[in-house]
Amino acid sequence: MSMPPILTALRKHKSGVVLISLQIALTLAIVCNAVFIIAHRIERVNRPTGLNESNLILVQQQWVGAPTGNDQASLDKLDSMQLADLAALRQLPGVTDVAPVNSLPLLQSAWQGAISLKPHIQIGDKSSYDRVAFYLTNQNGLKTLGLKLVAGRNFRPEDVTHASFRGVMQNSPVLMITQALAHKLFPQGKALGQTVYLDGKSQPSRVIGIVARMQTPNVGPVASTFAWSSAILPKRYNGFFSMYAVRTQPGQMHAVMKAIKPALYKVDPMRVMGDGDVQSFATIRAAAYQKDIGMAILMGVISLILIGVTGAGIVGLTSFWVGQRHKQIGVRRALGARKVDILRYFQTENLIIAGLGAVLGIVLAVGLNLVLMRHIAMQRLPIWVVLAGVVLVLILGQLAVFVPARRASRVSPASAVRSV
Amino acid sequence: MFAYYLQLAVRSLKRNKALTALMVMTIAFGVAASMTTWSVFRAVSGDPIPSKSSELFVPQIDNWGPARLGPKGQPPDALDYTDAVNLMRAHRAKYQSAMYAIGPLIVPPKAGQHPFSVSGEAVFSEFFPMLDAPFQYGGPWSAKDDTQRARVVVISSKLNDKLFGGIDSVGKTINIGGNDYTVSGVLDHWNPQPRYYDLTNNATFNSKGQGVFIPFNTAIAVSQANQGSTNCYAPPSQPGFVGLQHSECSWISFMVELDGASQVAAYQQFMDGYARQQQSMGRFSWPPNNRLRGLPAWLAHEHVVSGDVTTSLLVAWGLLIVCLVNTAGLLLAKFLRRSGEIGVRRALGASRREIYTQFLIEAGVIGLAGGVFGLLLTGLGVLGIGLVMPQSVAELAHVNVSLLGLTLLLAIVVTALAGLYPTFRAAHVQPAWQLKTN
Repeated sequence: MSMPPILTALRKHKSGVVLISLQIALTLAIVCNAVFIIAHRIERVNRPTGLNESNLILVQQQWVGAPTGNDQASLDKLDSMQLADLAALRQLPGVTDVAPVNSLPLLQSAWQGAISLKPHIQIGDKSSYDRVAFYLTNQNGLKTLGLKLVAGRNFRPEDVTHASFRGVMQNSPVLMITQALAHKLFPQGKALGQTVYLDGKSQPSRVIGIVARMQTPNVGPVASTFAWSSAILPKRYNGFFSMYAVRTQPGQMHAVMKAIKPALYKVDPMRVMGDGDVQSFATIRAAAYQKDIGMAILMGVISLILIGVTGAGIVGLTSFWVGQRHKQIGVRRALGARKVDILRYFQTENLIIAGLGAVLGIVLAVGLNLVLMRHIAMQRLPIWVVLAGVVLVLILGQLAVFVPARRASRVSPASAVRSV
Repeated sequence: MFAYYLQLAVRSLKRNKALTALMVMTIAFGVAASMTTWSVFRAVSGDPIPSKSSELFVPQIDNWGPARLGPKGQPPDALDYTDAVNLMRAHRAKYQSAMYAIGPLIVPPKAGQHPFSVSGEAVFSEFFPMLDAPFQYGGPWSAKDDTQRARVVVISSKLNDKLFGGIDSVGKTINIGGNDYTVSGVLDHWNPQPRYYDLTNNATFNSKGQGVFIPFNTAIAVSQANQGSTNCYAPPSQPGFVGLQHSECSWISFMVELDGASQVAAYQQFMDGYARQQQSMGRFSWPPNNRLRGLPAWLAHEHVVSGDVTTSLLVAWGLLIVCLVNTAGLLLAKFLRRSGEIGVRRALGASRREIYTQFLIEAGVIGLAGGVFGLLLTGLGVLGIGLVMPQSVAELAHVNVSLLGLTLLLAIVVTALAGLYPTFRAAHVQPAWQLKTN
């Protein structure tokens, strides 16, 4: 099988060759980027939060006519209302643990701030502190959420204090942080027992425990820069609203979810709980990643259409060429070319065209990647994605060309003389 | 002649049904993908208040200083309480309103009904004329109500339906968060998307709409807590809601109406003067660093059109280009296969122009068929967009006459473009050469 005859033949079909290679190039460029977006989104969605996500419920509620004052009596009243709720939830059959919380990973409502090794940071000077999401809970938080403590100890009941939701961050003598945050703050290790400062305040806080992993509540591009930097403070916040995490026995979650509203209304009917205020963690996860999953599906659908269209286009155009060269194929067959030679001829021809397209496609893929990077959080296209794309379009071309090429190989040698 | 060419086109297309079907499907898929994503893009990038968007501005005042803002130096998106109150007091724009999002509880008048929470906004009376908010009953409260911290409320038509069965409820009272408010007006189905007046404290798109609007000063007086985002560079030094008001935290949105370039320049000057005055008082230790963005620039600054929407649109248009190239290739094959036929027609006296007409009509027929099929797919796509885009955004995408018309037009234009080169080649077939070889 020699190349020159193929090249000569291609030169006679310049426009067809240009159109197919252009189509293959565009397909390669778009599919590479789409697949890269899909891979990125799947990777995001599959990140573990660090929680034991099954059998976990989040309850949100607000009281009607709760004290609004900031005096100690009002705060004590609010706190006793919260403790009554927690006790009632703990009593429900099927419930194993209950804890007050201010947010959860993926809930997309975050209390964010700064953590530093020195007091009085400047928030414009990003080197002086790390960004952190604060979780407030009590000694039951670890067990309820299913977090893994890797060093130090959990909160003790006497560590836990309560304060107004607008000043709750003041003065936290002890806290737990994630392992990721510990590494950021203390690259040499030994974070346990060290002193840190929250939000640039002058009161020190001591790290008493380190949890393996706990994702921050937000999933947006900014929050993704500190997705694992969480700090857990031993606090109940007092306000007109409260939030509880509830862990149930396996298989009991749906029954418990049904029982929660009546139980809380029994404690105090003067409260508001809407439709979405008792939700499983699975619901929170689905809501947080709906956009990412949707984008992955959309890119997948577009890629499939593209591959289908391009494949069908190659079949169509090659079929035409086979029909057009019917006589020449007959002549070659009559002169002794085997069926497999004809098959190889069309396959090699397609390989050359697809190869031309792939070269142009690599350039276009990188270009499109640069354009998209301006619109979405997207990294540089890695070389393996581009190479995988090149292999894909070459295989696509070979598969698409096979049917018309086989038809060409069946052209009878007699047709060389028949049509005259 | 047109009818004859049409007949020829249909006959030719029938000859190779698989190829025709492939071309029609290609056009349909390409057009449907681009029109579906475009319908979403159109919905989210649209002007929420076309009559006034060039007159609405969002002032930003730098009360943080360069050390806290970091290298970019952009002032906070929202104002702190001090600056918001001072700008309101100065009253330099035609209309202006400070505002913050609230989520108060409503206690229904009838016994036995559960209280429910409703989203709302604490605003000034000028908010309503500034944003052309339409009223079903009554109207905004007065400027005097603002200063006297009156317990008055403007409610949405939805809340009016729920509480009063949709009657004219002006003058009736509602218990909001434990206080009685008198209804001054009922809005007429007003829920602008995006919620451009307070993007910092609200989800950008929200089909639910806000239920209550109460005077800003009243909300402050009754300690109606703010919802949304609160941005601080340091924790407030005093506790509670009052502490927030005395802090440099940014949490209050602000919008002004300015007519014409001279008013805009004057307001900019006023803001800088204000900042210099704060500087001389010792509150700011930096020169004025303010912004006065027009509404369109503000929407862009707040990234109202998400990167995902733009990316989908770009990728879908890329798909359309591939479909165009694909159709061009197939048409080229189809037309050139008939070189013999063209040669005979040309030899019998048909002009190039007639060949052009014949083949462009054939391409047009494919475009039309692709367009009709594409309409169907676009309809399905818009219905199904909720599966891949957030509900609040997907709900905004509608199939309407302009979308359908554009889909059909796009299909025909794309096919005609794809048919241009193949037709050119067909028209330049050498009759003599064709006749000789056969």
